[in-house]
Amino acid sequence: MLKVENLYKAFGGVVAMNDVSLDFPTGSLTAIIGPNGAGKTTFFNLISGHIRPDRGRVLFDGQDLVGRSSLEIVRRGIGRAFQVASIFPSLTLRESLMAAVISHRRQSTQVLTRFPLQSAAERVEEIMALLELTAKADVLSRNLSHGDQKLLDIALALAMDPKVLLLDEPTAGMGPEERWQMIDKVYRLWEAEKMTLVFIEHDMGIVFKIAQTIRVLKYGAVLAEGTPEDIRSNPDVIDAYLGTDHDATTATATVGEG
Amino acid sequence: MLGRSSLRDLAWAALLLVGLLVLPILVPHPAMRDFVIYVIAYGLLAMSLNLLVGFTGLVSFGHAAYFASGAYIFGLLMQSGNVSLPVAMLAAVGGTALLALVIGAICVRLKEIYFAFLTLAFQMFIHSIILTWVSLTGGDQGLMGGIPRPTFLGIDLNDSMTLYSFCAVVFVACLVIMRQIVQSPFGYTLRMIRDNPHRANFLGVNVVRMKLAIFVISGTMASVGGIVMALFVSGAYPEFGFWTTSGEAIFMIMLGGTQLFIGPLVGAILLQTLNHYVTIYTEHHGLVLGIVILIFVLGLRRGLADFVYLWFQDRRTRKLEKETGR
Repeated sequence: MLKVENLYKAFGGVVAMNDVSLDFPTGSLTAIIGPNGAGKTTFFNLISGHIRPDRGRVLFDGQDLVGRSSLEIVRRGIGRAFQVASIFPSLTLRESLMAAVISHRRQSTQVLTRFPLQSAAERVEEIMALLELTAKADVLSRNLSHGDQKLLDIALALAMDPKVLLLDEPTAGMGPEERWQMIDKVYRLWEAEKMTLVFIEHDMGIVFKIAQTIRVLKYGAVLAEGTPEDIRSNPDVIDAYLGTDHDATTATATVGEG
Repeated sequence: MLGRSSLRDLAWAALLLVGLLVLPILVPHPAMRDFVIYVIAYGLLAMSLNLLVGFTGLVSFGHAAYFASGAYIFGLLMQSGNVSLPVAMLAAVGGTALLALVIGAICVRLKEIYFAFLTLAFQMFIHSIILTWVSLTGGDQGLMGGIPRPTFLGIDLNDSMTLYSFCAVVFVACLVIMRQIVQSPFGYTLRMIRDNPHRANFLGVNVVRMKLAIFVISGTMASVGGIVMALFVSGAYPEFGFWTTSGEAIFMIMLGGTQLFIGPLVGAILLQTLNHYVTIYTEHHGLVLGIVILIFVLGLRRGLADFVYLWFQDRRTRKLEKETGR
């Protein structure tokens, strides 16, 4: 489904993505973890066409996406939600989703019909039901709670009927209880829609509980990958995550190798 | 089949048209008609500008360029005597669309302040063409010798009441078109771009193309305002395309509000009323205008129509909250 090969990106002298090769099989649920500045968001930006890699390939259904616009990439079926909920403040939840579904169906240029389109209503209700947002359908997006804004962001991505969904920290800025509710919804979403889902997450409890595969990034490189059991017992990961005293020396060494 | 919202809008349009046509009978003073025609011309300028400012989040400082282009193309064609009035109108609208397409293609890629300044620069460019191409445009004298209004389809616009009614019909037709545009899927796509262009792009919206489309539409609507003005004053003047005219359109939007479709029209009525009455009583008309705008900006913090609308909306939410016992 989605595969990256030797992805490399430097900003000035800083190597943000260093020769990363990863494979995301169809229908898999993958967590990407790593300390701050490990290049997790950059990784998503590179896949979704927001940033262009210096080297390497992003293969989606066997075709290289590098150099294509973010617009084309989303139309091919890679959707994403953002770390800070990226929504439309002055539209209601239902209007936002309706507009997104209309865009996905290439009906954005219609001027002779009236918004909302009846033909898209069913899909909009379906997405809202899936994420349990129906009760808030007519609330202005800017008045939604933080958690609901994050859900709306995911719902917007879903309106694109993505084959691959990239979620950048779906639980960012939430309390412990809210996090579990959120991740529950994400998990059910993945089960229901049978899509390839990749998410970035900081809460190890969540990651170990739901991810099939975990990829650990550090300083723009893959530190480790495997099942939750593999990762839990991997000494490098323990090192990177528990932040031992010799962390700084390891860091210098890793950058030096890059 | 028309939906309920379309029918409601058409009913409003019919009501407005009847109101405009009855007004000169109720208030038979010719100055009233003149006032309304001014409001129509500048109202079209402001409302078309608001398609960019209020609905798409594009602040254009050069909108009067299309107002002037409509007036001049129309005036020149009518003076040439080769075309009928409706054909000249269509040509003026079409010509302005082309102009807006060329300028827009360059401007809409830029963001915020750069967009604003580039639109202003193009307007100044067009203004200086009007000023310097004296043999065609009459330079700072404007189009001399009046614009003939030959009878077409039995309509004689030399009769002032007919001219007034004609302008009213054209105006309401433009409102219906603009209303349809902002309530269409395209109109909501513009709102997405206004709120969050980055996100819209990640939802498959071709932001640049959409911006260009509304830039052209907005320019053509402004040109209709220019045509009305040229018809009414029987001439075209470089001031039509000067930056102060663009500035006035922005004032109207500020006075009336950006969020409601009808807001800029409210602003146009306010500004024309101010212009009309203040100049009778004082020559410091700019001072009064400035104070009024300060009151709106600092006091209401938004345009009049937006203010009233938000007040009603707040009341409704509070009532709703009380009912649901929240």
